[in-house]
Amino acid sequence: MKSIHVMLLLPCVVVLGFWLIARFDRMNASTRRLTFFQRNGLGVGIYLIVAVGFWAVFVIVLPMIYMVELSFRPKLPLSQMGGPKDVYTLENYRYFLFGSTTSTAEWNWLHIKAFGVTILASILITLANFAICYPLAYHMAQSAKPDRLRILLLLLIIPYWVNDILRAFAFRVLLSSGGIINQMLMGLGFVSEPVDFLGADIGLYMGLSYAYLLLMIFPLYNAIESLDKNQIEAARDLGAPWWHIHAFIVMPHAKPGIASGCTLVFMLCTGAVATPMVLGGPRSLWFTPIVYDRFYQLFNWPQGAAYAFLLLLACIVFVLTVLRISGLKLGEITR
Amino acid sequence: MTSSPFQRAMFAVYVAAFFLYLLGPLAVMGISAFNTPEYPQVWPIEGLTLSWFGALLADADMMHGLRTSLLIGTLVVLIAVPVGLAGAIVMTQISRTARSFYYLVVVSPVLTPGIIIGISTVVFWRELTTVTGMRFMYDGIVLTVLGQSSFISAYCMLIILARLQRFDRAQEEAALDLGASYPQVFFHILLPYLKPALFSAAVLAFLSSFENYNTTTFAILSDKTLTTVLAGRVRQGSTPSISALATAIVVLTIVGAVAYELAKRRDDRRAGARRKEALKAEETELALSPAE
Repeated sequence: MKSIHVMLLLPCVVVLGFWLIARFDRMNASTRRLTFFQRNGLGVGIYLIVAVGFWAVFVIVLPMIYMVELSFRPKLPLSQMGGPKDVYTLENYRYFLFGSTTSTAEWNWLHIKAFGVTILASILITLANFAICYPLAYHMAQSAKPDRLRILLLLLIIPYWVNDILRAFAFRVLLSSGGIINQMLMGLGFVSEPVDFLGADIGLYMGLSYAYLLLMIFPLYNAIESLDKNQIEAARDLGAPWWHIHAFIVMPHAKPGIASGCTLVFMLCTGAVATPMVLGGPRSLWFTPIVYDRFYQLFNWPQGAAYAFLLLLACIVFVLTVLRISGLKLGEITR
Repeated sequence: MTSSPFQRAMFAVYVAAFFLYLLGPLAVMGISAFNTPEYPQVWPIEGLTLSWFGALLADADMMHGLRTSLLIGTLVVLIAVPVGLAGAIVMTQISRTARSFYYLVVVSPVLTPGIIIGISTVVFWRELTTVTGMRFMYDGIVLTVLGQSSFISAYCMLIILARLQRFDRAQEEAALDLGASYPQVFFHILLPYLKPALFSAAVLAFLSSFENYNTTTFAILSDKTLTTVLAGRVRQGSTPSISALATAIVVLTIVGAVAYELAKRRDDRRAGARRKEALKAEETELALSPAE
């Protein structure tokens, strides 16, 4: 029996599980409640179940499980699949650590370093974006006049739908050796020859920060906006210094927005494909191009799946850490 | 807020710097789209030209990609909005025990990097279509629509859910008591109530699909969308026609955003006017009733 068959049985188990839970709840409910079909009618009920079932099972859960399963299998030619060599193995993960599927003599520094740099740089970019956006979000939410606020929001919405590739391209035009920044620096006599921003990865990090700036400011703005102005007034009247107001009143209130902005920016940075491709120099370390190469350069899909799973794990750990630090529930940050 | 002139000046500098950072690169790119040199150049302006926009229209790959992107965007809207709606309705009805698990499952694509969604979609559907013999389904457009739908449906669900949670179930019960059937309640009460949210979800779904690159680049296989063609061009080198395309997209998004904003405001005004009318009607009724 192939693993895919097992996986196709899984949805049935899940559906059964949901039905049992519903059954159980109804038994314990104090008042008699309507059943699902009584409440929605047959037609709408079937539409709900089919749409949600297909989406949750075939589009979200099964592909993810299958990817993880694939990452524990060896790369084999088509003829040997399902044969005696098709067993579960850790060789794809071993390759990530040691650069070889069998030997563990040497560390695979290139990939490990790229992974580490990706995570670390993403965390730093997330923090930088928070620092850049917070004052403006606070100003917009609490002290800007309506007319001014409308203009600021419009200015923020304009660049929102420009995609990653074009944002990165804009930065390349700006920072390339013949670009306007280098022209200005040389014109003013600060440097005698063009600065290689792209080779030094400055372009990459600035481009990433730039690309996801708006995904930080909107959640922050929404969260701070719901804070009652009187609380700030009260704190000020009671003599709180400005940083007390931010640290003990505004930020705790805006926690869901902060957490949501940070999660989004981190997730998009680690998973960015376009920005490293356009702004990365030849020696740039970023993890996604390595993942991409497993698939469409080396055609080693199991290894690519393993690398993708490592990236996913990093994101899960980040989300869990944010939830733990902030003490929030998942539902509060995905609003 | 009372603050010293110095503080206010500092803040103005900060806001100016913020918007320079946000809009400057796009403005620079926009200028280079109209400048004559072969390499995107901002200064000196050697001559104004529209030829880079012309080159764009003559680019067969780009136009093919644009058509595919529009097709995928439309399909994603047609899938993601109904699925998001179903997801939101189920969320309000599902039992408390199952809700948090269900929520975790359907919201997870929002927090998963797009590249991973693309990868998992491709590896799973390759296997599934092979095993079931439906090899024709292993197609770039189908896979891209599936992959994008996974997280765009979740966006739609969150938008619709926000409005659905404010829905007064008494309306539904009133309709049922007055003899409406279940489909009637769904089509005549619930859907009209959710219309603004459904509209926002559709706009957002289309735009997210159109500008998506991370999921698409994996799921599209050998086909092309506008973003993948664009990525290929950018990788080959910089030409002003890319700036021209970006400028065109920025202008279109501005027009779209402003149109959307205006439409929303008109709706708000209409709703406001209707509310005022209803209030007035109520007042006249109240004024008349004591005379009875």
